[in-house]
Amino acid sequence: MAKSAIAQYDSLDVGPLLAHAQDEVVTHSYVRYVPMPRTQGTLALVTLDNGKDHTRPNTLGPQSLVELHTTLLGLQEQARNNDIAAVAITGSPFILAAGADLSKVGDIPDKATGVLMVKLGHQTLGLLGEMGVPSFCFINGLALGGGLEIALNADYRTVSASAAALALPEVFLGLIPGWGGAWLLPNLIGIKNALTVMVENPLKMNRTLKPEQALSLGIADAMFPAARFLEDSLKFADEVVAGKRKVKRPHEPGVVERNTVWPIAVNTARKMWRNRIGTVAKSPYAALDLLASAKSNTKAQGFAAEDEVLAELIAGDQFRASVYAFMLTQKRAKTTPGAPGREHALPITKVGVVGGGLMARQFAFQILRRLEVPVVISDISEDRVADATAWMEGEIDTLLEKRRLHSDSANKLRGLIHGTTNMADFASCDLVIEAVFEELGVKREVFQELEKHVSPEAILASNTSSLSIGDIASVLTHPERMVGIHFFNPVAVMPLVEVVRAEKSSDAALATGVSLVNKLRKTAIVTADTTGFVVNRLLAKLLGEAMNAIEAGTPYEVVDESVAPLGLPMGPFELLELVGLQVGAHVLDTHHAAFPERFFASDALRALVDHGKIYDRDAKKKITGVSSFAAGLMGSGPGFSAAELRDRVYDGLADEVWRMLEGGVVEGPEDIDVGMILGAGWPFHMGGLTPFLDRVGASDKARGKTFHTPPVKGVS
Amino acid sequence: MQGNQVVFVDGVRTPFGRAGEKGMYWKTRADDMIVSAIIGLLERNPGIPAERIDDVAIAATTQEGDQGLTLGRTAAILAGLPLSVPGFAIDRMCAGAMTAVTTLAGGIAAGAYDIALAGGVEHMGRHPLGRDIDPNPRFLAEKLVSPDALNMGITAERLHDRFPQLTKERADRMGMLSQHKVEAAYQAGHIQADLIPVALPSDEGYGMATEDEGRRPGTTMEALAELKTPFRPHGKVTAGNASPLTDGATIAALASEGTARELGLSVKMRMVSFGFAGVEPEVMGIGPIPSTEKALAKAGLSIDDIGLFELNEAFAVQVLSLLDHFGIADDDPRVNPWGGAIALGHPLAASGVRLMIQLARQFEMHPEVRYGLTAMCVGLGQGGSVIWENPHYRGAR
Repeated sequence: MAKSAIAQYDSLDVGPLLAHAQDEVVTHSYVRYVPMPRTQGTLALVTLDNGKDHTRPNTLGPQSLVELHTTLLGLQEQARNNDIAAVAITGSPFILAAGADLSKVGDIPDKATGVLMVKLGHQTLGLLGEMGVPSFCFINGLALGGGLEIALNADYRTVSASAAALALPEVFLGLIPGWGGAWLLPNLIGIKNALTVMVENPLKMNRTLKPEQALSLGIADAMFPAARFLEDSLKFADEVVAGKRKVKRPHEPGVVERNTVWPIAVNTARKMWRNRIGTVAKSPYAALDLLASAKSNTKAQGFAAEDEVLAELIAGDQFRASVYAFMLTQKRAKTTPGAPGREHALPITKVGVVGGGLMARQFAFQILRRLEVPVVISDISEDRVADATAWMEGEIDTLLEKRRLHSDSANKLRGLIHGTTNMADFASCDLVIEAVFEELGVKREVFQELEKHVSPEAILASNTSSLSIGDIASVLTHPERMVGIHFFNPVAVMPLVEVVRAEKSSDAALATGVSLVNKLRKTAIVTADTTGFVVNRLLAKLLGEAMNAIEAGTPYEVVDESVAPLGLPMGPFELLELVGLQVGAHVLDTHHAAFPERFFASDALRALVDHGKIYDRDAKKKITGVSSFAAGLMGSGPGFSAAELRDRVYDGLADEVWRMLEGGVVEGPEDIDVGMILGAGWPFHMGGLTPFLDRVGASDKARGKTFHTPPVKGVS
Repeated sequence: MQGNQVVFVDGVRTPFGRAGEKGMYWKTRADDMIVSAIIGLLERNPGIPAERIDDVAIAATTQEGDQGLTLGRTAAILAGLPLSVPGFAIDRMCAGAMTAVTTLAGGIAAGAYDIALAGGVEHMGRHPLGRDIDPNPRFLAEKLVSPDALNMGITAERLHDRFPQLTKERADRMGMLSQHKVEAAYQAGHIQADLIPVALPSDEGYGMATEDEGRRPGTTMEALAELKTPFRPHGKVTAGNASPLTDGATIAALASEGTARELGLSVKMRMVSFGFAGVEPEVMGIGPIPSTEKALAKAGLSIDDIGLFELNEAFAVQVLSLLDHFGIADDDPRVNPWGGAIALGHPLAASGVRLMIQLARQFEMHPEVRYGLTAMCVGLGQGGSVIWENPHYRGAR
């Protein structure tokens, strides 16, 4: 047998760790014994169960790990005495384990304690590889992070065909799979597959694996239907131990792969990710380093390398910020702070959409698809109406072709689309959303006309991004029924919608708006009726500073460099091109008009609108450089240094966030971060915006205090 | 029987468990048990094309909760059978699975079915007999049925009253022998061969049911004499000479002989005839006597033609009443050679197919036997009997 990978943890003292785990929801390790008829021996079956149902999945805190460790040590002894012929581990219904308990991250007081947690995991799960008899993991359900690492540490794995998801999401959360995963995975399924599971999937919106993918990638040795998963898995184990079944591992890397493919694949991935996401996020590169070293490291060395890397990450800022962001988007976002209770929401049985333009037809279609209620869509001419409804029908056809919609459902949806030019057709709608030209007079006319036809209770909404909801509503007989529902483009993709509470908006109007957003499976933040609401206002601050810097003579590259530490998915100018230069210019103008002393309008940007682009691009749309026209718009002044501009941006953003909080635009800084993460793609590993501004001292500089107490940051 | 020849292709069951909180199936759903049995049956008979199953009949006495909702249909779906395979639920109390078999056999004989699945499930821990029943007041007012007839133990005591020669000693001896015979069959591996293991959720982790739970191989006459008589003070019926409350599921595949031949399916038994008959509910235990006479008459056979008996031991006394009626000795080796429900348990609507599974395996071991009988008494005063022919029969020894 190879040298023990876990002997290095023999003198581990987890006392300080347990001291911080008093209120842990403990996942127990129960053992029962099952006869193995073919082997003519006994299998010890360990069930992980925290005694709760699937809504509170098994998690692996310090107490849980210590219990599992003690259990496995006992079984190792029984194996030594030939009392058992195999060990298997499985979970409670629908759940194997969801990894560490993220809600307890704040309890880790210092780096030393964090390291203990990492080593305890290695010591415990690593035991599965050193039982003295074959070990199995029966992945009966959800297996995330440490949960999947339990399986990787076992000698063999089966997976239920109905397991909800398998994943190593650590990189998404600012960590690496550090309970053996970073070494075990590539050595089990090969470097390319490991790169997909460990790096690519977490970075692609935290994508997870289906059971059949886990099987084809080589993570699982066999897959069985849920109905008799445990019985079939036990039979599998019996056959393997009895030598009646050979397990094939086609993806297990051989010498050739190690010496040729392995280093190249890691380097290619490193270059690709540098290009795509920059280098601010630490965890993807830490994971790539570990994957590179797993090629030649022994298992013991691999575990030690994980300890070292994870110690840094677990104590660092990005992990805490990621967990903050994760909790925000998973938990807080679902409660929608600032929204009246759900009981105020009116039923939505028919929806009207005024305007058939780009935004309107998109959200009309999303409403049709998710609510499956009649959607009436209008425009000023028959042609425009026909164009909008044809587009929606085309979307249905696309879904049908992709087999994401049953033909019965497609027929149903087609039958629910009603195009019209007659406002009277909105009569029986519970909710009508307007997305016509962004001009106060035009919108007021629309709503006055609407009010003639709809019931007195019907909710009216505007998708405006730049006008005041209160101003629009002021001409209504029932202004309290008016609410803002601000979608982002592209509607199908963007997970955020701002629901705007005007001064007179009723609870019913607001709650119905939020209810619509939730039914669209999106996240709502409730904002006050102030210019730019949340997302556009902060983007306007950033983009305005960027354009002002150009006009002041700062090179484009210096502007990009100055804001790089924010870790944004793209620089300010690329973002301007993405949202559209005209839209960008309009946003800047609107904010400058509302807050002339704090927001810049930009003549340079208006000129760029006419020119049509900022960057030159090659045939593949890849940026080759700043266009000569854009470069020519640079002012002749001295410009800013990167450091000067960075201070201007940080200070300006901090001041603006403070103003929004002081003005009650949102309930708290968390809502700002939900908005920026989900509405503008600001980075998870920064925690959005406000934890970042705390960490760089900008919030303190602006008001003498931080947004978060204690600040969201790492420990030493 | 007229029409197409019906054959018993194969049958399997879950291990039977003690009913109640301490029983192994306490946290297992009834429908999951029958689904396990169905999957197990089809896995060991890969020659049965699932899409050619023409019907699925699943019996349960207490059709509620996880044991309700048109079990035959829901179990078929849950077992992964094609949606084109229909299914229904059946109830004839203790003879549920037997009735599922005879009903589908009727369909096969008539040419309506080629292949059918028949079985039963009873989770008596989750669904005790008689819970939430609402007997029609006319039963009492018009003296149609005594309320005592709904308590099976009391009907067994009444059988002792009617036939004084059926003593407690004889009943206890039958109970003890049932335990010993089951143990011997277990030692020989006869019983385990048709069990489908079932995973057992519990508050202390998953286990696995691999054997019947309620067996008491060390039973002695002395110990049996000490047992309480719960149905009557100083009565005769005890836990030692009656079947225990049990959880379990059984399933059999039936086919027309032509289809079995076409597909190369195993033929473990040929159905000869069946009969059901009613008796006074107060002495429901004698039900198998008239039903057996009926089945024998339809087959043109006499009791002497029967070489093996699988009689459901709901109560020792009711088995004895049948044996006495036909002049068969209490310890006749042809009767329940591997023991019966007193030791294995009696999950009401599932038990009929358990009798057939055991008879089928005994046929294989006894090519000198041509005919066998499966029979059982039924609550509310009925009996059910099915006579089978041994396809392995090679002439009398």
